Amino acid sequence: MTESHLAVKMETRGLHFYYGSNHALKNINIVIKERQITALIGPSGCGKSTFLRTLNRLNELIPHTRIEGAVILDGEDIYQPGTDVVSLRQRVGMVFQRPNPFPKSIFENVAFGPKVLGLGTKREIEEKVEQSLKAAALWPEVSDRLHSNALSLTLGQQQRLCIARVLAVQPEVILMDEPCSALDPLATLKIEELMQDLKKNYTIVIVTHNMQQAARTSNWTGFFHLGEVLEYGPTETIFTHPKDPQTENYITGRYG
Amino acid sequence: MIINRSRYMTQSIAKFLIWMGALSTIAVMILILFQILKEGLPVLHLRFFLDSPKNMGREGGIFSTLIGTMALTGVAIFFGAPLGVGTAVFLREFTRESKISRVIRFGTDCLAGVPSIIFGLFGFVFFVIQLNMGWSILSGGLTLAAMILPTVISTSEESIRAIPPSYREVSYSLGGTKWQTITRVVLPSALPGIFTGILLSIGRSIGETAAVILTAGSSLVMPTSLFSPIRTMSVHFYILAREGISMEMAYGTGAALILLVLMINMMAQWLINRYIRHRT
Repeated sequence: MTESHLAVKMETRGLHFYYGSNHALKNINIVIKERQITALIGPSGCGKSTFLRTLNRLNELIPHTRIEGAVILDGEDIYQPGTDVVSLRQRVGMVFQRPNPFPKSIFENVAFGPKVLGLGTKREIEEKVEQSLKAAALWPEVSDRLHSNALSLTLGQQQRLCIARVLAVQPEVILMDEPCSALDPLATLKIEELMQDLKKNYTIVIVTHNMQQAARTSNWTGFFHLGEVLEYGPTETIFTHPKDPQTENYITGRYG
Repeated sequence: MIINRSRYMTQSIAKFLIWMGALSTIAVMILILFQILKEGLPVLHLRFFLDSPKNMGREGGIFSTLIGTMALTGVAIFFGAPLGVGTAVFLREFTRESKISRVIRFGTDCLAGVPSIIFGLFGFVFFVIQLNMGWSILSGGLTLAAMILPTVISTSEESIRAIPPSYREVSYSLGGTKWQTITRVVLPSALPGIFTGILLSIGRSIGETAAVILTAGSSLVMPTSLFSPIRTMSVHFYILAREGISMEMAYGTGAALILLVLMINMMAQWLINRYIRHRT
């Protein structure tokens, strides 16, 4: 099957982003396909994370930033005036670089989203928490201590908790900003397996520094360099026949 | 080698001075406590707390002044704490560094430097005379509320500033509104610091004398409403000693004051340990 037949979930058109006078993203045009894993790679400071944060408008929490162009989610520009940013962020969830559970219980962490969104009764929220922890492959490890502090978990468990916390608000897209960079190889493997599982129901965009991770997990890969996308396409093509010499240098480890 | 030795010399002298500084702080505290408690503790019987002052305070106890102190402090915190915490939230969460935030910060800094007698004068002119509230718990409480504002604002702001930005990002990224982020993430995390600020304010309210005489009066009659004049323990202590009414009773009142503040501190510590640290 050719992957170009897949439905488009998100798309950016002529996207520019500025931190003050620093032109951080230059004319980004990327199509993100539904229920696929899209990996964004590139050297540090190339704009991958900035790009990721334009997809759920988290960047606008930073003062003195400006955006041009469009980010389309299911055919609607999320930057057009009148967009409900709160519901946008619920539809486009995010997992951060460092596991960052709230200093609350495991249960309260996962229940946070459903509670602020007012999703259902106490009973329904309890079910939601259980489902989400199961979907994040954390349930067997924590089912007997839901009310102990989330910070008592290992980093790998904390990151899966953060994934469960995102799943609990029933997002459509999950953005992952180097989710494994603070984790050991075993914990990383668990997250990667989890991503394959989540792919069945969610669209995933992952920023990673780890070439093998991008190659192993993703269907699509974009190579960022100095705020531009030098190359974007099926992961297999990017890793076996890169068109751009910079991409080749980067993925073969000549610089990073 | 010589240079080295002088370095060690400097180190030893500095260490000595720092130790002396720390020890003299403790020594001063112990001296004050010892003096007051030595003279005051013998007066402290249950009757002393439960009887109201008689014969201008020569006899009886301090009951009405205890009630007055608690009422006045309660009113001060009731108005001052929400206003102060609200201002801190506004400064940290609603304005970025801007003209408005600089003006507000400058204002609170000025407020912090105003002598309490000036607050008293303001309270007297504005609440007591202008608003015709008379010498009362309300006039005094509102004056104290204005006085404790800078403390509440700066401690709250400091503890809100210390919250990792990632907490807010997570809350927003899960679809939390700004208000939900503030009430469910920011304020709970900042609670220990806010609590400390309120505690300092309680201490300051209990200890304040000058501003209170001018705004709440010095009546020994048991208050019946927020519009009743009262005498706080600090004012009572001041009048007993200043007018030479009874040094014995003055020391008793002083000792009771110290114990009250100590008790509030211990209670707060317990509350923090019980409800805040364990949750985090």
